[in-house]
Amino acid sequence: MLVSMNWINDFVDLSGEDIPALIKRFTLATAEVEDVITKGSDISGVVVGKILTCEMHPNSKKLHLLTVDKGDEVVNVVCGAPNARAGITVALATIGGSVCGKPIGKAMLAGYESCGMCCSEAELGLSSENAGIMELDDSLKAGTSIKDVFPIDDVIFEVDNKSLTNRPDLWGHYGIAREFAALTGKPLKAVPVLKAEDYASLPSVSLTSTDEMLLRYVAVKAENITANISPAYIKIRLYYCGLRPINLLADLTNYVMLELGQPMHAFDGRKVEAVEIKRFEKPFEFITLDGQARAIDNSNLMICADNTPSAVAGVMGGLDSEIAPDTTSLLLESACFDAAAIRRTSVKLGLRTDASARYEKSLDPENSMTAALRFMKLLLEICPETKITSNFTDLYIKHFDIPVITFDKTYIDRYTGIDIPSETIVKTLTSLGFGVEQSGEAFTVTVPSWRATKDVSIKADLVEEVTRVYGYDNFPFITARSPLYPVKPSISKTDENTAKDILSRRYKLHEVHSYIWYDSKKNKDLKLSLAPNLKVINAQTADHETLRADMIPSLLYFVNENKGFGDDFGIYEVGHTVKGDKNSKATEQKQLGIALYSRSTDEEFLLFKARDIIAAFTIATRGANPEFINIKPEQSFCHPKNTSEIFISGISCGYISILHPTIKNTIDKKANIIIAQINLTEYAEIPGINLSYNESPKYPGIDFDLTIPAPKDSRFSDISKAWTESQHEHLKSVSLIDIYGDTTKNITVRLSFSAPDRTLSMEEVNAHITTITSRLSDMGITIRR
Amino acid sequence: MNIEEIKKKLSEEIESADKTEKVEAARVNFLGKKGHITSALAGLKNVSGEEKRTLGQAINALKREAEALFAEKLVALREFEERALIEAAPVYDLSIPVGEKSGSLHPITLVSRECEAIFSSMGFTVEEYGEITDDYNCFEALNIPKDHPARDMQDTYYLENGQLLKTHTSAAQNTIMRKYGKNLEAGMPIRAIFPGRCFRNEATDACHENTFFQMEGVMIDRDINISNLIYFMKKMLSEVFERDVKVRLRPGFFPFVEPGFELDISCAICGGEGCPSCKNSGWLELCPCGMIHPNVLTAGGIDPEKYTGFAFGLGLTRLAMMKYGIKDIRDFNSGKLANLTQFVH
Repeated sequence: MLVSMNWINDFVDLSGEDIPALIKRFTLATAEVEDVITKGSDISGVVVGKILTCEMHPNSKKLHLLTVDKGDEVVNVVCGAPNARAGITVALATIGGSVCGKPIGKAMLAGYESCGMCCSEAELGLSSENAGIMELDDSLKAGTSIKDVFPIDDVIFEVDNKSLTNRPDLWGHYGIAREFAALTGKPLKAVPVLKAEDYASLPSVSLTSTDEMLLRYVAVKAENITANISPAYIKIRLYYCGLRPINLLADLTNYVMLELGQPMHAFDGRKVEAVEIKRFEKPFEFITLDGQARAIDNSNLMICADNTPSAVAGVMGGLDSEIAPDTTSLLLESACFDAAAIRRTSVKLGLRTDASARYEKSLDPENSMTAALRFMKLLLEICPETKITSNFTDLYIKHFDIPVITFDKTYIDRYTGIDIPSETIVKTLTSLGFGVEQSGEAFTVTVPSWRATKDVSIKADLVEEVTRVYGYDNFPFITARSPLYPVKPSISKTDENTAKDILSRRYKLHEVHSYIWYDSKKNKDLKLSLAPNLKVINAQTADHETLRADMIPSLLYFVNENKGFGDDFGIYEVGHTVKGDKNSKATEQKQLGIALYSRSTDEEFLLFKARDIIAAFTIATRGANPEFINIKPEQSFCHPKNTSEIFISGISCGYISILHPTIKNTIDKKANIIIAQINLTEYAEIPGINLSYNESPKYPGIDFDLTIPAPKDSRFSDISKAWTESQHEHLKSVSLIDIYGDTTKNITVRLSFSAPDRTLSMEEVNAHITTITSRLSDMGITIRR
Repeated sequence: MNIEEIKKKLSEEIESADKTEKVEAARVNFLGKKGHITSALAGLKNVSGEEKRTLGQAINALKREAEALFAEKLVALREFEERALIEAAPVYDLSIPVGEKSGSLHPITLVSRECEAIFSSMGFTVEEYGEITDDYNCFEALNIPKDHPARDMQDTYYLENGQLLKTHTSAAQNTIMRKYGKNLEAGMPIRAIFPGRCFRNEATDACHENTFFQMEGVMIDRDINISNLIYFMKKMLSEVFERDVKVRLRPGFFPFVEPGFELDISCAICGGEGCPSCKNSGWLELCPCGMIHPNVLTAGGIDPEKYTGFAFGLGLTRLAMMKYGIKDIRDFNSGKLANLTQFVH
């Protein structure tokens, strides 16, 4: 919202104040000011001039040669405006002055000297009118400074509308003036209005409504409105505040809206006798002022003039109700509607107006009458011939309760941590319009109607009023006195941090972030076919509606998009996956997804690298090696033969797989891609193995290398049962030395034996070996010794 | 050979030995089992009387002299050889570019870890919650009324099962209060932060993302006040930006705090003088915060007459943008390694 300091000065005398500093304080105490524009500083040396003579330029179809009386002398001016003619009064920028910040000097135009410039309204920044030069009242004296004629000098500041959402009272200049009064301690003047009782004897306007969406409707009629054009100061203020002047009645509705925050509607008095405010059961189409057809149904409140819908309540008038230029009679609406209802209508119609933006903030219905009285006061001032022909008819359906809040000073102190004196509390609240009764350190506060619609209702709200005016800059920063106690990161958080460190620091992978939904277009491109899952119902695009049940697809999008990055890279993401459908609550899991891509290493090497990464993580976090059990994959993107489920201490917590060749080839025929996912939610439940210290053996051990000719398709995890599933108290470790052979899988392992109290004898070791080889032979593997 | 001859030969051989191996060979030649001096000593058995004693003394003296000479020569040669080794050594150029590639962490991880470490050190627990929540936690419990614009379809992603994607980390406030509220009576304050991912249904551009990170912070105890809030925010931000950050509060409206604030920090680029980055104000808007609304405390099972608290919702994504100078918010979720691999520490 744009605010004019000239306008503010109507209600609070800020002379002598540092205006830029005051506007900064407004930002800190009330609402954010986004911009400050100084009007008129770029205009100087512009005076009232009288065109004495006007001739066409001999060599130009557009230019005129003028002589202009500027009070102290008559000057020659070359002017291109089509409306330039002898006898009119104009705004003349003189030599040495400036317009739009540009200096005015003597200039030669098409061979003739020009000693000044006749200005348009746009050039003086008074409107967007630039078709011709501005024509002034002929009664003005030549040589009078234009700034004495028009209030050109002003400071306009723009308040961020978002910071006003909770302050319906700040949507007009008067409310903002009240803030400045509180900030400076200067008195706030009353708004000049008519007295309703002076018109009470006139007939009422016929108003009918029982709809609860209407809070209050004030209507008044007037006739014989002979003036049609607004005074310059009104036009300038409207223009400075971002509105286009139209005609007197429309301008006044806007003026009062900007002044008091109350939207108003002027109906053509000839067309409206009785007003009814109601909803219609049957949907219909209604053409609004902007020429658009709007679908109206029983959720939209309509203003009906003589049974015909003529405005969407609180949003916009109808095309037919627009006030005609020739009208001299008026029916004025100053109403208040239910905020939520107006917002719903505005959202549904996709139509946000100055009126609806205000109504949806919960306006004060008390203000509706004030605004009507203000409007008529202004109208009578501007056009004294006006005759008010009705009383100020008032249909007041819903009053807001006026909260009375009691609190004591300690309540404020508790929130502030400092001592704001009682007098300051009283003074601040009073200056903001609150009624305050003090008894010792106890206060009883009556909330003013303009703050009572939703904004202020509890004690904490008053803390804000007191502290913001006191100034947050005046608060010291003080640590809390609360006791300390130790905090320990959760297992899940520690696991996540360890995983990231191992993956990024040791294995040089790159952490990425993707989205919580799949991209169905990318799935199609990569030939990923994924099971249906829970959906977002209002996604920006249908491609992004299915939530991810697995981390890998998003990682594959990235692998595909990063092919140009290098021949080898690994990426991972710690994120959430979701499983569910429309009938049940979603199950959410924290997951670690990994994808390794390589063009320079073979599939086997890459798979084992991924396996090492997972093992490094499980050892660092639980002290346990992972186990891998070959499985038939659930996911269509996993390799049908090379997918393993990952177990830690016998608990399943993820999978590792070669990417399915179809998808791999779609991404890159020449590369190998390995994928893995660890469910960190489930992983957090797995207990760790406690460290217990073992002294290194004091007596030399005996290593025994055993080569096991295993069948080609056998798995090491099965062969190793030969020594893991029987008791060997002296077998301290088994390490893999080699695997070789084409037809058989010759596995050489080194069995290390030792005892803590003596050197083992060869016979003792041989006894262990015999047990192991006999178990192997049970498996059908014969060892030659 | 007589002694003189041996002496002469000894000095010749020691003189000519130019390698440690030759010194060793010469030593064997004189002092070995069959060496000249050893032989001469053995020859004494053929001599007798006074001569034997004199000769014996002379040969033994020669033996000691030879041993000393060999040792001396060996030291000299070793020194020489080591010097030669050093002289012949190549000089390696460590200034050539380091070939080692590094892994990288996501900038959000880096910023989040930093904030977590700072708050942990001040006694805050680091919480973890889901990304999917419901109307109650995201709005109702936070004093956001039914027809508040924040609940509009254009702001919130709703799921077909009636749940929704959380629009702010404040959605965890109720859970945090219920989890720790019972400790308040025992004198243990609630101090918690919750870094998490949030979702807003809006069109994306360089400044807007539908998926971004925030960090919620709450502190609740008997007398938590505005001055405390300013203290913790200032300390934390000064640590993150590694400078004395100036902060200011101005009124901001959020239904779940009262009073509510927008917290601005002094612009790091211009130092508060005013520049295009801060729209010439010298301040950057960083973080909504405030004193927890009594209704929110009540919804969390905490008596607002007994306890007060502050809460803040720090934009981690925005913080990372400011800290690292990232201009386009879409880079965070782009997966573009050319960009992301810069964040190595």
